[in-house]
Amino acid sequence: MNAFFATVRRDLLLAMRRKSEVLTAVFFFVIVTSLFPLGIGPEPVLLKKIAPGILWVAALLATLLGLPRLFAADHVDGTLEQMALSPSPLGLLVAGKILAHWLLCGLPLVLLAPVLGLQFDLDASALGILTLALLLGTPLLSLIGAIGAALTLGVRGGGVLLALLILPLYIPALIFGAGAVEAHIAGLEVGGHLSLLAAMLVLAAFFAPWATTAALRIALE
Amino acid sequence: MRQSLIQWFKFASPQSFYPLAGRMIPWFWAAAAIFGISGLWISFFVAPTDAQQGEGYRIIFVHVPASWMSMFIYLVMAFWAGLGLALNTRVSAMMAQSLAPTGALMAALSLWTGALWGKPMWGAWWVWDARLTSELILFFLYLGFMALQAAIDDPRRADKAGAILALVGVVNIPIIYFSVKWWNTLHQGSTINLNKAPSMAQTMLWGMLLMALAFWMYSIAVALMRVRAIILERERHTEWVKHAVE
Amino acid sequence: MQWNSVGEFFAMGGYALYVWGSFGACALLMIAEPFLAKRRLSEVRRSLIRERLADELETQQRTQ
Repeated sequence: MNAFFATVRRDLLLAMRRKSEVLTAVFFFVIVTSLFPLGIGPEPVLLKKIAPGILWVAALLATLLGLPRLFAADHVDGTLEQMALSPSPLGLLVAGKILAHWLLCGLPLVLLAPVLGLQFDLDASALGILTLALLLGTPLLSLIGAIGAALTLGVRGGGVLLALLILPLYIPALIFGAGAVEAHIAGLEVGGHLSLLAAMLVLAAFFAPWATTAALRIALE
Repeated sequence: MRQSLIQWFKFASPQSFYPLAGRMIPWFWAAAAIFGISGLWISFFVAPTDAQQGEGYRIIFVHVPASWMSMFIYLVMAFWAGLGLALNTRVSAMMAQSLAPTGALMAALSLWTGALWGKPMWGAWWVWDARLTSELILFFLYLGFMALQAAIDDPRRADKAGAILALVGVVNIPIIYFSVKWWNTLHQGSTINLNKAPSMAQTMLWGMLLMALAFWMYSIAVALMRVRAIILERERHTEWVKHAVE
Repeated sequence: MQWNSVGEFFAMGGYALYVWGSFGACALLMIAEPFLAKRRLSEVRRSLIRERLADELETQQRTQ
């Protein structure tokens, strides 16, 4: 377990030295969500209706933006090979890297979402549900995305390919995440959406590091 | 028992699978032709006109088989890819690679014929129905698999990476399907209920089954043709390939 | 049999565009795909045969 936290700490420290990479995803999220009202018009009723979908799609794309760099730097400088050879299981180290990625790319989105939701005239309880859904959903996006990042490691045209591989797999998270907020606005029960998101998160937390490790081993061969 | 096991492993080598595939292809073409002709006969001349949908319903005789095959081929592809990953058999990985374009073709045909069915029946080329949406996503999964394999130069790595992607896809397909279905019921207002389809006459069912068999045999035949090309491309530096082409 | 004439068969009760559009697309793609697979195979075979001929020529020249 020490190796796990060491990996998380190391990745966070590295990211703090290169702040621009972390901030790119956050700025992207802010700008994209702010562009939609400009493109659609300032009508509050319409904006309120499309807010959950827009915030979720923007969060999804912002996560995607940071994914190619998840393993790339470590692959180039040989750290990844050292990790594969180290005595602690690679799956644990990979899980640490995924957690670090979420803390850097996912958590800022969760924290920013309520502020951006205000632009769309969402009320306090809807903002709460939105934040909760993103809190459950963004780790899921990082976990699934890590599989794609490992598969496309060092492959030409990696970034676009990653989007093609991963976006279809993001659909359930998008549906239930945005669905929770929509259901709340429509006055329906949101427990089902959130528990399904949580169930998918547990499933992904169990399987995704494992699949990512297998994909990384293939890339390192 | 042991004898037969050895037999199976023998065919797992490209060298012995290449001629075997060549011998099997004409049989599958013949089967596809027989099923296809009888299926077409039933779909155009035996099956009666539908009371509600007129002659337009005849599209289901290609639409349903194409949809079935697109889903079935993904499962078969994932099976071969997983087998290739687990047992390190080259032929099964090649088989997975050769099935993907056929699966994508079936998904594309299913979407195309679905649109042509939807226009006269619902008045729209495309509705965000659960089945249509999942079929579209399946098409994207095929494209992703093919793009990943095409982007990796080393064929062994391409096989393994593709296998992982196919297996992840297989785990996700039911989740995607049910989430899309749920999403669809949540937004019921704008969609049309597909389940109101008229009860199917016995002859229609037979026509559909025969057409599905024809599509199945076609898929096997064309996948075997492609796998032969893949075997030669991959094994071109081996001694046996030099003697296999006369 | 529910068709009284060939014209009626091709008209498909007013659904000609949709029915023939579907069956036509299937026929077209399912003829094109084996054709492409066949071409891929024969291209590999041709290049392999060329390669072998080049090898044979080389060995002949060396022995001469």
